[in-house]
Amino acid sequence: MKKEDLIAFVIFIVLVILLPVLSGSTYTLTVGIFSGINALVAIGLCILMGYAGQVSLGQAGFYGVGAYVSSMLSLHGGFPVVISVILAMIAAGIAAVLLAVPALRLKGHYLAVATLGFGEIIYVILNEWGPGGPSGFGDIPHFSFLGYTVDSTTGYFYLIWSLVAAVMLFSINLIRSRTGRALRAIHDSELACNAMGLNVVTLKIKVFILSAVYASLAGSLYAHYVTFISPSSFSLFYSILVLTMVIVGGITNLWGAIIGAVVITVLPELLRRFEELDVLVYGLILTLSLMFFRRGLVPIMIEKIKKLRGLAVAKH
Amino acid sequence: MLSIRDVSKSFGGLTALSHVSCEVKKGEIKALIGPNGAGKTTLLNIVSGIYQPDKGEVLFLSEKIFHLTPTRIARKGISRTFQHVELFGNMTVIENIMVGRHARTRSGFFSSGLKLPTVMKEEREIQEKSAKILEYINLSPRRDELAANLPIGEQRILEIGRALATEPQLVLLDEPAAGLNMKETRDLGEIIKKIRNHLKITVVLVEHDMDLVMRISDSITVLNFGEVIADGTPLEVQKNPEVIVAYLGDEEEMPRGYSAHT
Repeated sequence: MKKEDLIAFVIFIVLVILLPVLSGSTYTLTVGIFSGINALVAIGLCILMGYAGQVSLGQAGFYGVGAYVSSMLSLHGGFPVVISVILAMIAAGIAAVLLAVPALRLKGHYLAVATLGFGEIIYVILNEWGPGGPSGFGDIPHFSFLGYTVDSTTGYFYLIWSLVAAVMLFSINLIRSRTGRALRAIHDSELACNAMGLNVVTLKIKVFILSAVYASLAGSLYAHYVTFISPSSFSLFYSILVLTMVIVGGITNLWGAIIGAVVITVLPELLRRFEELDVLVYGLILTLSLMFFRRGLVPIMIEKIKKLRGLAVAKH
Repeated sequence: MLSIRDVSKSFGGLTALSHVSCEVKKGEIKALIGPNGAGKTTLLNIVSGIYQPDKGEVLFLSEKIFHLTPTRIARKGISRTFQHVELFGNMTVIENIMVGRHARTRSGFFSSGLKLPTVMKEEREIQEKSAKILEYINLSPRRDELAANLPIGEQRILEIGRALATEPQLVLLDEPAAGLNMKETRDLGEIIKKIRNHLKITVVLVEHDMDLVMRISDSITVLNFGEVIADGTPLEVQKNPEVIVAYLGDEEEMPRGYSAHT
C-alpha cells in the first residue's frame, strides 16, 4: 500500500472507532450508518467512473436487488442472513453481466442511458410485482452471523463501517494492481490498450460487476438494518444521489467516494435548521461546490496539503 | 514470418490498398515507404487487426490472423507503435511499460483485491522486467515522470519500449522518426537495430526519413496509391525508376505497362 493510502486508512479506522465513543447518540450513529451504506455504493461507482471511465445511472437497481433478494431469502427462504447477503451479491453480479455484455459496447451517454433504463426496470418490477407492491414489506430479520445477532445501533455502525473498510482495502489493492493500471490505461488510450493485448471489454465488464456487487451488499445491509423496505428507496433518485456523492468527493480518488457519501448524507441533517428552505440551501451548496471544487473535495484537499507541505519544506 | 497476400481495402469509394502482397522474413528490418496517402498506415492497421481487409489474407507464422481482434493479434506476438503517439499520458514512464506486461501476466481481479502472495510476486517481476526495458531504451532517468511530459523523441522511444514489454516477435513502428531531430533520429536508429540484433525481434517500419530507412533496413517495400511499386534491398529500390517518379514526380506520363519488376 502506498504511504498516503496507509495514512488515510489509519485516520479512517481511528475515526470509525472513536465516533461512537465520542458521540454515542443514536441519532449521530444512525446518520453514520447511512453514510456507511451509501459509501459502499459510492466506492463501486467511483471505481467504475473514475477508473473504468463508465457512467452508471442504475446503481439503485443493484442496490434494490441486494435489498429485495437478501430480505426475501432470509425472510421466506429460511436462509441464514449472511448466506442471503452473499446470494444477493451473486444475483446482482449476474444482473450486471446481463446488462454489461450488451451495454458496455455502447459508449458515453448511451451506456448511461442503458443503465438508467435498467434501474427503472428494477424499480418498476419492485413496484408492480415486489412483495407488498409500492408499500413494501417489513419483518426482515436483523443481520446475524455465527449465532450473534446485530440489533443495536452501535453494532450496526461497527458492522457497516468494518465492511466499508474491507471493501476499501480490496478496492485500493485492486486499483494499485495490474488490473488497476490497465483500467487507468483504458482511460488514456483504448487504441493502445488493444495493441498491448488488453481485453478492454472484459475488464470493463468485471468492474461493472464489482460496482454492482458493492451496491448489492449495501442494499442488503440497508434492508437488514431498517428491517422494512419499499421500492421508493431504490428509485432513480438514489442512483443520482450516489452519482452526486462520487462527483462531490472527486471521481479520481477512492477516498473521495467515502468523503462524498458522508458529506451528502450528513448535509441534509445539518440543514434541518433551515426548515422549509433546506432543499434550497442543499441545492445551493452542491452547485457552489461543483463550481469551485470541480474536481471534487478530495483531489483539492490533496493539492492543498501538498502545497502546505511544499511551503513547510521551503521554510526549513 | 509475416505474409500479406493480395490484400485490398477501400473506405467508401476510396481505394486505400489494392492487391498488396509482401513478405517479411524473420529477423529482418523491413521498411514500408511511399508518398503520403500511399496506404502504409492502412496496411499496418490491417496487420495489427484494427481494420479487416476487404480481400486477401494476412498470415503470421503461417497462421491466418486477418480476422482476429487487435487484442488477440497482440497476444500472438505482434506489437506496434502509432503515428500519433498513443501513450498513457497520465501515467508515469515506468507504468506505461508495466501496462505492456499486462498480456504476459495473469493475476486476476480477486487475487489482486486480496493481495495474495502470488500477486505480490508477479508485481515484483513486472517491476523488474519493466525497469530492465527502461534501461534498455535509455529512459531510466525519466522513470517517474508522466509520459505526457516527455519530449516527443522520448515519447516515441517509450512507445517502442512499451511494445517490447509485450514480448513480441514482430513490432510494427509507424513513423517512429516523425518530429524527431537529427540526434534523436540517430538514437532511434540505434535502438531499432539493437532490438533486431539482440532481442531477435523482426521489425516493420513505416517511415518518411529516407536517411534512416536506407541506413537500417534490410529490405524495402514501396507503396504508391495503394499498390506495391517496388520491393527489394535499399540499393535496388533507390535505383528503381518508378520509385524515383513516385517520389519526385515526372514531367511526362509514365509509359503504360512499365513495371518496376522487369
